[in-house]
Amino acid sequence: MNTNDEERMKKLLRQSLPPVKSDAGPERDLWPQMLRRLDAETAAPASIGWAWFDGALAAGLVGLVAIFPSAIPVLLYYL
Amino acid sequence: MRNEASDVLNQFRLGEVDAFEELFRRHQRAVYGWILRITRDPSAAEELTVESFWRIYQARARFDPAQGFEGWARRIATRAALDWLRASRTKRELSLEDCTEAAAPAQADPAVTAEIRMKTALAFGRLPPKLRIAATLAVIEELPHKEVASALGISIAAVKVRVFRALRLLRNDLGEQGITP
Repeated sequence: MNTNDEERMKKLLRQSLPPVKSDAGPERDLWPQMLRRLDAETAAPASIGWAWFDGALAAGLVGLVAIFPSAIPVLLYYL
Repeated sequence: MRNEASDVLNQFRLGEVDAFEELFRRHQRAVYGWILRITRDPSAAEELTVESFWRIYQARARFDPAQGFEGWARRIATRAALDWLRASRTKRELSLEDCTEAAAPAQADPAVTAEIRMKTALAFGRLPPKLRIAATLAVIEELPHKEVASALGISIAAVKVRVFRALRLLRNDLGEQGITP
Protein backbone atom coordinates (compact mmCIF):
# COMPACT_ATOMS: atom_id res chain seq x y z
CA MET A 1 0.00 0.00 0.00
CA ASN A 2 1.56 3.28 -1.08
CA THR A 3 1.16 6.72 0.50
CA ASN A 4 -1.69 7.69 -1.83
CA ASP A 5 -3.63 4.53 -0.94
CA GLU A 6 -3.00 5.23 2.71
CA GLU A 7 -4.30 8.78 2.45
CA ARG A 8 -7.37 7.62 0.50
CA MET A 9 -8.13 5.00 3.15
CA LYS A 10 -7.77 7.58 5.91
CA LYS A 11 -10.14 9.95 4.13
CA LEU A 12 -12.69 7.19 3.55
CA LEU A 13 -12.47 6.12 7.18
CA ARG A 14 -13.04 9.66 8.44
CA GLN A 15 -16.05 10.02 6.16
CA SER A 16 -17.47 6.70 7.32
CA LEU A 17 -16.87 7.20 11.03
CA PRO A 18 -16.69 10.90 11.88
CA PRO A 19 -14.87 11.87 15.08
CA VAL A 20 -16.74 11.96 18.37
CA LYS A 21 -17.22 15.42 19.89
CA SER A 22 -14.24 15.91 22.15
CA ASP A 23 -16.26 17.79 24.79
CA ALA A 24 -18.77 14.94 25.22
CA GLY A 25 -19.54 14.14 28.84
CA PRO A 26 -21.74 11.60 30.59
CA GLU A 27 -25.44 12.41 30.75
CA ARG A 28 -25.49 11.92 34.53
CA ASP A 29 -23.19 12.02 37.50
CA LEU A 30 -21.48 8.63 37.67
CA TRP A 31 -20.29 8.93 41.28
CA PRO A 32 -23.35 7.16 42.80
CA GLN A 33 -22.68 4.24 40.45
CA MET A 34 -19.00 4.30 41.41
CA LEU A 35 -19.90 4.32 45.09
CA ARG A 36 -22.18 1.30 44.65
CA ARG A 37 -19.33 -0.52 42.91
CA LEU A 38 -16.91 0.35 45.72
CA ASP A 39 -19.39 -0.80 48.37
CA ALA A 40 -20.17 -4.04 46.55
CA GLU A 41 -16.53 -4.91 45.95
CA THR A 42 -15.32 -4.06 49.44
CA ALA A 43 -18.28 -5.73 51.20
CA ALA A 44 -18.11 -8.97 49.20
CA PRO A 45 -16.18 -11.68 51.04
CA ALA A 46 -13.24 -13.11 49.18
CA SER A 47 -14.67 -16.03 47.26
CA ILE A 48 -13.04 -19.40 47.51
CA GLY A 49 -13.16 -19.57 43.76
CA TRP A 50 -13.66 -23.30 43.28
CA ALA A 51 -13.66 -24.16 39.65
CA TRP A 52 -15.60 -27.12 38.27
CA PHE A 53 -12.28 -28.89 37.85
CA ASP A 54 -11.52 -28.61 41.58
CA GLY A 55 -14.93 -30.09 42.39
CA ALA A 56 -14.47 -32.95 39.94
CA LEU A 57 -11.01 -33.70 41.36
CA ALA A 58 -12.33 -33.75 44.93
CA ALA A 59 -15.24 -36.02 43.92
CA GLY A 60 -12.82 -38.33 42.12
CA LEU A 61 -10.60 -38.61 45.20
CA VAL A 62 -13.56 -39.34 47.47
CA GLY A 63 -14.73 -42.02 45.04
CA LEU A 64 -11.26 -43.53 44.85
CA VAL A 65 -10.96 -43.67 48.63
CA ALA A 66 -14.44 -45.20 48.94
CA ILE A 67 -13.65 -47.95 46.43
CA PHE A 68 -10.02 -48.54 47.44
CA PRO A 69 -9.64 -47.66 51.15
CA SER A 70 -6.16 -49.15 51.03
CA ALA A 71 -5.13 -46.20 48.84
CA ILE A 72 -5.50 -43.78 51.78
CA PRO A 73 -1.92 -44.20 53.11
CA VAL A 74 -0.56 -43.79 49.58
CA LEU A 75 -2.59 -40.61 49.09
CA LEU A 76 -1.53 -39.26 52.47
CA TYR A 77 2.09 -39.99 51.57
CA TYR A 78 1.82 -37.88 48.42
CA LEU A 79 -0.10 -34.99 50.02
CA MET B 1 -3.25 25.24 45.10
CA ARG B 2 -0.52 22.88 43.92
CA ASN B 3 -0.02 21.64 47.46
CA GLU B 4 -3.74 21.06 47.76
CA ALA B 5 -3.76 18.97 44.58
CA SER B 6 -0.74 17.06 45.79
CA ASP B 7 -2.45 16.43 49.13
CA VAL B 8 -5.47 14.98 47.34
CA LEU B 9 -3.22 12.67 45.31
CA ASN B 10 -1.37 11.52 48.40
CA GLN B 11 -4.59 10.91 50.29
CA PHE B 12 -5.92 8.98 47.31
CA ARG B 13 -2.83 6.77 47.40
CA LEU B 14 -3.61 6.01 51.03
CA GLY B 15 -7.12 4.90 50.06
CA GLU B 16 -9.08 7.93 51.30
CA VAL B 17 -12.49 7.71 49.64
CA ASP B 18 -13.04 11.49 49.89
CA ALA B 19 -9.87 12.13 47.91
CA PHE B 20 -10.90 9.48 45.40
CA GLU B 21 -14.30 11.16 45.03
CA GLU B 22 -12.63 14.50 44.36
CA LEU B 23 -10.43 12.95 41.67
CA PHE B 24 -13.42 11.11 40.21
CA ARG B 25 -15.50 14.27 39.96
CA ARG B 26 -12.58 16.22 38.52
CA HIS B 27 -11.69 13.65 35.85
CA GLN B 28 -14.86 11.65 35.08
CA ARG B 29 -15.79 13.84 32.11
CA ALA B 30 -12.35 13.55 30.51
CA VAL B 31 -12.19 9.79 31.09
CA TYR B 32 -15.72 9.32 29.74
CA GLY B 33 -14.94 11.44 26.66
CA TRP B 34 -11.78 9.46 26.00
CA ILE B 35 -13.55 6.11 26.29
CA LEU B 36 -16.41 7.33 24.11
CA ARG B 37 -13.93 8.17 21.37
CA ILE B 38 -12.78 4.55 21.41
CA THR B 39 -16.07 2.72 21.90
CA ARG B 40 -18.48 5.18 20.20
CA ASP B 41 -21.12 3.80 22.56
CA PRO B 42 -22.38 6.20 25.28
CA SER B 43 -23.79 3.50 27.55
CA ALA B 44 -20.61 1.41 27.31
CA ALA B 45 -18.58 4.58 27.94
CA GLU B 46 -20.48 5.19 31.19
CA GLU B 47 -19.98 1.61 32.32
CA LEU B 48 -16.31 1.68 31.37
CA THR B 49 -15.74 5.00 33.13
CA VAL B 50 -16.83 3.36 36.38
CA GLU B 51 -14.77 0.24 35.57
CA SER B 52 -11.70 2.41 34.85
CA PHE B 53 -12.03 4.31 38.10
CA TRP B 54 -12.47 1.03 39.95
CA ARG B 55 -9.20 -0.17 38.40
CA ILE B 56 -7.63 3.19 39.29
CA TYR B 57 -8.74 2.80 42.90
CA GLN B 58 -7.39 -0.74 43.06
CA ALA B 59 -4.04 0.33 41.60
CA ARG B 60 -3.71 3.43 43.79
CA ALA B 61 -0.63 2.10 45.60
CA ARG B 62 1.24 1.96 42.28
CA PHE B 63 0.34 5.53 41.36
CA ASP B 64 3.28 7.91 41.14
CA PRO B 65 2.06 11.49 41.82
CA ALA B 66 5.10 12.85 39.98
CA GLN B 67 3.79 11.34 36.71
CA GLY B 68 0.42 13.10 36.95
CA PHE B 69 -3.03 11.60 37.36
CA GLU B 70 -4.58 12.37 33.99
CA GLY B 71 -2.14 10.41 31.81
CA TRP B 72 -2.19 7.47 34.20
CA ALA B 73 -5.99 7.46 34.29
CA ARG B 74 -6.10 7.66 30.51
CA ARG B 75 -3.83 4.62 30.15
CA ILE B 76 -6.02 2.61 32.50
CA ALA B 77 -9.17 3.77 30.68
CA THR B 78 -7.62 2.80 27.34
CA ARG B 79 -6.91 -0.72 28.64
CA ALA B 80 -10.47 -1.01 29.96
CA ALA B 81 -11.83 0.11 26.59
CA LEU B 82 -9.54 -2.34 24.78
CA ASP B 83 -10.78 -5.18 27.00
CA TRP B 84 -14.34 -4.15 26.14
CA LEU B 85 -13.57 -4.12 22.42
CA ARG B 86 -12.07 -7.61 22.71
CA ALA B 87 -14.99 -8.96 24.74
CA SER B 88 -17.65 -7.42 22.57
CA ARG B 89 -15.98 -8.26 19.28
CA THR B 90 -17.69 -11.60 18.95
CA LYS B 91 -21.12 -10.45 20.00
CA ARG B 92 -21.11 -6.93 18.65
CA GLU B 93 -19.19 -5.61 15.72
CA LEU B 94 -20.16 -2.10 14.77
CA SER B 95 -23.90 -1.78 14.99
CA LEU B 96 -26.11 -0.24 12.38
CA GLU B 97 -26.51 2.69 14.78
CA ASP B 98 -22.79 3.44 14.50
CA CYS B 99 -23.13 3.40 10.75
CA THR B 100 -26.21 5.60 10.50
CA GLU B 101 -24.43 8.04 12.78
CA ALA B 102 -21.73 8.01 10.15
CA ALA B 103 -24.12 8.26 7.26
CA ALA B 104 -23.90 11.94 6.50
CA PRO B 105 -20.75 13.69 7.61
CA ALA B 106 -20.60 17.39 6.83
CA GLN B 107 -17.62 17.14 4.46
CA ALA B 108 -18.78 13.94 2.73
CA ASP B 109 -17.36 13.25 -0.69
CA PRO B 110 -20.38 12.85 -3.04
CA ALA B 111 -18.55 10.04 -4.84
CA VAL B 112 -18.59 7.99 -1.63
CA THR B 113 -22.08 6.60 -1.24
CA ALA B 114 -23.81 5.88 2.05
CA GLU B 115 -23.49 2.17 1.26
CA ILE B 116 -19.71 2.44 0.91
CA ARG B 117 -19.49 4.38 4.17
CA MET B 118 -21.58 1.75 5.92
CA LYS B 119 -19.49 -1.12 4.53
CA THR B 120 -16.32 0.72 5.54
CA ALA B 121 -17.64 1.23 9.07
CA LEU B 122 -18.61 -2.44 9.33
CA ALA B 123 -15.24 -3.59 7.97
CA PHE B 124 -13.52 -1.32 10.47
CA GLY B 125 -15.47 -3.05 13.24
CA ARG B 126 -14.04 -6.39 12.10
CA LEU B 127 -10.43 -5.28 12.59
CA PRO B 128 -8.44 -6.71 15.51
CA PRO B 129 -9.12 -4.46 18.53
CA LYS B 130 -5.45 -3.46 18.97
CA LEU B 131 -5.31 -2.15 15.41
CA ARG B 132 -8.76 -0.65 15.58
CA ILE B 133 -8.03 1.37 18.70
CA ALA B 134 -4.81 2.80 17.21
CA ALA B 135 -6.57 3.74 13.95
CA THR B 136 -9.55 5.20 15.82
CA LEU B 137 -7.38 7.54 17.85
CA ALA B 138 -4.78 8.41 15.20
CA VAL B 139 -6.90 8.52 12.04
CA ILE B 140 -10.52 9.16 13.00
CA GLU B 141 -9.87 11.36 16.03
CA GLU B 142 -6.68 12.75 14.45
CA LEU B 143 -4.80 12.78 17.74
CA PRO B 144 -1.01 13.21 17.68
CA HIS B 145 0.85 9.89 17.50
CA LYS B 146 2.68 10.80 20.68
CA GLU B 147 -0.58 11.08 22.59
CA VAL B 148 -1.86 7.79 21.15
CA ALA B 149 1.43 6.05 22.00
CA SER B 150 1.28 7.29 25.57
CA ALA B 151 -2.32 6.13 26.02
CA LEU B 152 -1.58 2.70 24.55
CA GLY B 153 1.73 2.33 26.35
CA ILE B 154 3.63 1.68 23.10
CA SER B 155 6.18 3.58 21.00
CA ILE B 156 5.28 6.11 18.30
CA ALA B 157 6.74 3.72 15.70
CA ALA B 158 4.44 0.96 16.97
CA VAL B 159 1.44 3.27 16.61
CA LYS B 160 2.40 3.98 13.00
CA VAL B 161 2.77 0.26 12.30
CA ARG B 162 -0.61 -0.52 13.83
CA VAL B 163 -2.31 2.25 11.87
CA PHE B 164 -0.69 1.07 8.66
CA ARG B 165 -1.73 -2.53 9.28
CA ALA B 166 -5.27 -1.43 10.13
CA LEU B 167 -5.58 0.53 6.89
CA ARG B 168 -4.13 -2.31 4.85
CA LEU B 169 -6.51 -4.87 6.37
CA LEU B 170 -9.39 -2.48 5.84
CA ARG B 171 -8.44 -1.96 2.21
CA ASN B 172 -8.19 -5.74 1.68
CA ASP B 173 -11.56 -6.33 3.35
CA LEU B 174 -13.21 -3.66 1.19
CA GLY B 175 -11.39 -5.02 -1.89
CA GLU B 176 -12.99 -8.42 -1.27
CA GLN B 177 -16.36 -6.68 -1.34
CA GLY B 178 -15.51 -5.03 -4.64
CA ILE B 179 -14.87 -1.60 -3.14
CA THR B 180 -11.68 0.15 -4.23
CA PRO B 181 -11.24 3.48 -2.50
